[in-house]
Amino acid sequence: MSVKTPIYLDYAATCPVDPRVVEAMLPCFTDNFGNAASRTHVFGWRGEEAVDAARIEIAKTINADPKEITFTSGATESNNLAIKGIAEYLADKGRHIVTAVTEHKAVLDTCKYLERRGFEVTYLPVGADGLVDLEELKAALRDDTILVSIMFANNETGVLQPIGAIGKLCKERKILFHTDAVQAFTKVPIDVQALGIDLMSISAHKIYGPKGVGALYVRRRRPRVRLAPQIHGGGHERGNRSGTLNVPGIVGFGEAARIAREEMAAEQARIFELREHLRRRFVAEIPHSIVNGSLEHHLPGTLNISFAYVEGESLLMGLKDIAVSSGSACTSASLEPSYVLRAMGLDDELAHSSLRITVGRPTTREELDYLADRVKEQVERLREMSPLWEMVQDGVDLNSIQWTPH
Amino acid sequence: MAYSKKVIDHYENPRNVGSLDKSDETVGTGIVGAPACGDVMKLQIRVEEGVIKDAKFKTYGCGSAIASSSLVTEWVKGMKVDEAMKIQNAQIAEELSLPPVKIHCSVLAEDAIKAAIKDYQEKQAKAAGEEPDAPEAAR
Repeated sequence: MSVKTPIYLDYAATCPVDPRVVEAMLPCFTDNFGNAASRTHVFGWRGEEAVDAARIEIAKTINADPKEITFTSGATESNNLAIKGIAEYLADKGRHIVTAVTEHKAVLDTCKYLERRGFEVTYLPVGADGLVDLEELKAALRDDTILVSIMFANNETGVLQPIGAIGKLCKERKILFHTDAVQAFTKVPIDVQALGIDLMSISAHKIYGPKGVGALYVRRRRPRVRLAPQIHGGGHERGNRSGTLNVPGIVGFGEAARIAREEMAAEQARIFELREHLRRRFVAEIPHSIVNGSLEHHLPGTLNISFAYVEGESLLMGLKDIAVSSGSACTSASLEPSYVLRAMGLDDELAHSSLRITVGRPTTREELDYLADRVKEQVERLREMSPLWEMVQDGVDLNSIQWTPH
Repeated sequence: MAYSKKVIDHYENPRNVGSLDKSDETVGTGIVGAPACGDVMKLQIRVEEGVIKDAKFKTYGCGSAIASSSLVTEWVKGMKVDEAMKIQNAQIAEELSLPPVKIHCSVLAEDAIKAAIKDYQEKQAKAAGEEPDAPEAAR
């Protein structure tokens, strides 16, 4: 059977909008276009009703109260609001924040910004499996620590952090706990009560909703979390985030959350099976394939794998009808290989050789078999062209060579 | 990022992939770059009477690095050694329409051919030094 190309396997980057979500959104552009903040007429009331219904769906998905959901423009804004908002609000209480080196840039750059404003940030290392060490976290906590921000699942590797244990630790020390759950939301069950999460960033476009809309969960009870707004204006979203609500986007987000929640168990089991099929084929058919990150604590649909002695960008070039991403330097603007993989202690060479494949709702087994065939073919071709592969075949230890870095 | 047609052509149909016998006195080998930087080029030339008769390469690196080394092997075949020494990275970058972020690939290819020539010349000098009478005797 032939597959339709190009094939999209980069669902951790973004997703197509589910047609059911588009259907739900459409009336909000034309008939039900009211400003949800207009209190004086039916157009406004309907807008507010639609937003409230979406808020309920999202709250239900994470076992929260609808009042605890603040809509934003996306997870980057949610991360900024959570971290800067807490830092600003609690600055008199303490000025120390704990996070990890493998966080998304939206967290890391926000923390760096706060460092320039007189805050202190501890960046926890991770092990070879990508996990933070709870003992190291415990040791990093201080009397003036006001916030711990550790992501739920990593965007490059799919590694899941021990969120429940971190939440418990933070509770004991009465420190607020924020998690960037963009990748994990609706991929694994999330219960903010059971996990002890105080603030959580989520995004619509990673769950087959539209781009440009996200949310921040802000706990209201035990403890009641307060933060300083970062966008000022009409006092929308309980004063947490001003600005006219993106009603179509929010409605789409709510519908996407409802679908994903109702279908999560079956869908993620199917996606996990597909990913495992792909992983098994790679490991069995391509020698020197190395899966990056703990497979035990892992999102169902993400696979980060390095094919040693083959550079990632050249491999992507050979997969021109397939959309996947790479940790290779050449695919980034910075010319540095993935900081996440390097933080896990991966050799730079293996970081340059990595591919990230994410399986999604529309993915078929045929698509993955097509990918596996192409990758195998290209890795073999590129290894024939690789001086490193030749040296390894000749029994040369690559670490024994005096290279000339440029 | 879009690749130029020439880069794609060299990537898909690389010229002169392979290896020459490193221990052969007429062969010069240049290995430049580092795995940690994401590119390593091995370029080899076989020289007869001052003319490059054959050239082979192997490259670990992005498509532009593969294309740069492939192009250089194509260029140097049939060239005199001192001509090949004059190849500049800018010529490679221009021929392949490399974007600024890929200029280092052409620099690496220039370094590789220079390193191969240097290796060849050192071998020749060494051979000449060890057996000073051999060329005379051959005459």
